[in-house]
Parts: sequence; structure tokens; C-alpha cells
Amino acid sequence: MTDLLTRRAVVAGMGVLGLGLLAGCNPARGLDFKYGKNMSNEILGRKFKLKDPQGNERTLSSFYGSMPMIFFGFTQCPAVCPTTLARAAQIRKLLKGRDRDLFQVVFITLDPERDTPEVLDAYVKAFDPSFVALTGTPEEIDEVAREFKVFYEKVPAGDTYTISHSSTSYVYDTRGTLRLSLGHSLNAQECAEDLRTLMEIC
Amino acid sequence: MSMQPIKRGLAALALLGLALPALADTTVSDAWVRASVPHQQSTGAFMTLTASTDSKLVGVASPVAKTVQVHEMTMNGDVMGMREVKAVELPAGKPVTLDPNGFHVMLMGLNDQVKEGQQVPLTLTIEDAKGQKQTIEVQAPVKPLTAEMDAGHDHMHMKH
Repeated sequence: MTDLLTRRAVVAGMGVLGLGLLAGCNPARGLDFKYGKNMSNEILGRKFKLKDPQGNERTLSSFYGSMPMIFFGFTQCPAVCPTTLARAAQIRKLLKGRDRDLFQVVFITLDPERDTPEVLDAYVKAFDPSFVALTGTPEEIDEVAREFKVFYEKVPAGDTYTISHSSTSYVYDTRGTLRLSLGHSLNAQECAEDLRTLMEIC
Repeated sequence: MSMQPIKRGLAALALLGLALPALADTTVSDAWVRASVPHQQSTGAFMTLTASTDSKLVGVASPVAKTVQVHEMTMNGDVMGMREVKAVELPAGKPVTLDPNGFHVMLMGLNDQVKEGQQVPLTLTIEDAKGQKQTIEVQAPVKPLTAEMDAGHDHMHMKH
């Protein structure tokens, strides 16, 4: 009898869980983020098609099943980019078990002319070997930046240039729906907390 | 009695010793350079400068890079702005920090990979209010690429 009950409870439990999984990512339920911004009603970055340093084509669907956190930068950037990458590495350490496995950092270069695939790969992997870098032609990068509404511009500096750019990180759920944006001023703890909220529901 | 002139002389010497560097003395502390990965073309150098009289940092040179510039990072909403500056004001007695979140030194066109544990020579040119220039040699240790830039920042927000 207890066996039966247990089985029933398990089946019922699975049903509830299943419903939860289906309905959970519905933004109507309201993802209650403490620090970041709920982006469930925004459509950004749906159509990007770029290459990883190994030359594989990557789109948003390449990351289905994981929760990609996408942000933009360039390797010659002394400030926001290493800070954001170091923060991402910290976030990954703060997440445990399944959450950590779900979390996928994606760094898109805004400087494809100078960031060769080799430099890009070595750069992001210096922060965490699991990180992925993406690049494309200057035209492709331009289009992707527009897709994400990411602002960037080259600023002349002597006989070379530096780049001013948006610093926000965008997090998608496992089915490629944009959910959360994390500003540059948030620390790793705060980001991890919001990510856990998202991972609990989605 | 016979000691008096010597004492006076010593006092004068001591005063002189204190006063001389105070004319235009700038101290540099906590200098460091961020490590680069192979073929990366530039990296940043960071430090705290304290000038004893109103001065300006007007130039930086280093044998590790073809071009050395001072840049200023500013946040405007979520946009990180970056621009070259020709001078950084060093008000008398006030420590001015060159860190990734404000003014910082950019080593551009690196001749080689900058590796953790190395020392990077930097020559700073400081100009005082009278236009007198002075150079300071600094050996900046290289920290890992992932080095925490503002350990205090995280702690500030830890109360949640």
C-alpha cells in the first residue's frame, strides 16, 4: 500500500514538475530578479550567426540546453572586458552542480580585425576554459551588434584606436529566450543570485 | 656649547633632506601590469600616484610596447567610453589611482607576451606647476590576466 502511495505521489509529483517546467518559463509568472532586469518581453540577438575560434558556425540554437550569458568586448580592452570576464568566471564558481553545467559564457568580439581567433580563444580561456568566444567579419559583427542593440564605436588613439561599447551581459534560457540582463556594476554574488532564480524556474 | 653649530648644521641638513624632495616629489605605489595572452597587442598598467605639489602626469614610456598612452574610462549608462588623455592632474598630497575603472596606462603594440611574474619597466614623466619635468622609473610586476582590479568593490556589495 505504501508502495502504491509512493508511486502515486511520484507520478503526481512528476506531473506537477512537468507542468512547472512547461509553465515556469512563462514571463507572465514574473521572473523576480533582485538585481538584473527581466528581459522576457524583449527580443534581442535572435538571429546571430558567428564563428567560434575553431571555425564552427554558432547561432543561438547552438546553445539550446544551456543558459548562455552573452556579452561584447575586445581583448585590447583594459577595463570592462577583463572585469566582466573575471566576474563571469566567479559567477561560474558560485553556481553549483547542474546550475554550473547550464551556465555558458559567450564573449563576442567587437574588434574582429585585431582579435584573431587564436588571441580570442586564449584570452577567454585564460579566465575559464569553458568560455566560448565568437567572431565574424566586421560586417557580421556590425549586424550582430545591431541585433543586440549594442552600441560600439572606434575611438582614435594616436595612430591606433580603442573601442567604446555597451557593457551589459544578456542571459538566455535553455530554449533561447532572452530572460535577464546584468549590468556592469553588479558583482558576481548578485549575478549568481539572479541566475539561480532563473535556473530554478526555467 | 661647542656642539651648537654642529647641531644647527645637522638640523639644517635634516630640513634640507626633507625639503628637497618635497619640492616636486611624486611617489608611486601598487604599480602592476595585467598579463597578456600570446599575440595580444595591448594591455594595461595600473598604480597609485601621490604628488607632493600640484603636478601632472604628462607621459609614460616602456620598452615593452611601441606606444604608451594614458586612457580614461568613463561609464555613460551601460556604455563604457574610452579615450586618450594628454595629462592626468595630480593635486598636492592627494593619491590618484590609475585603475581599470578610470585613468590607466595602455601599453599598445606589445613587443612580446607580458607574463605573470615579470617586471615591466615604466618611465613616468611628471610636470609640476612651474612646468618643470621630472621622470620616475617604476618596475611594475605583472599580475595574472584575471587579476582582481577592485577587491573592495565586491565587499562593498556583500551585505545583501
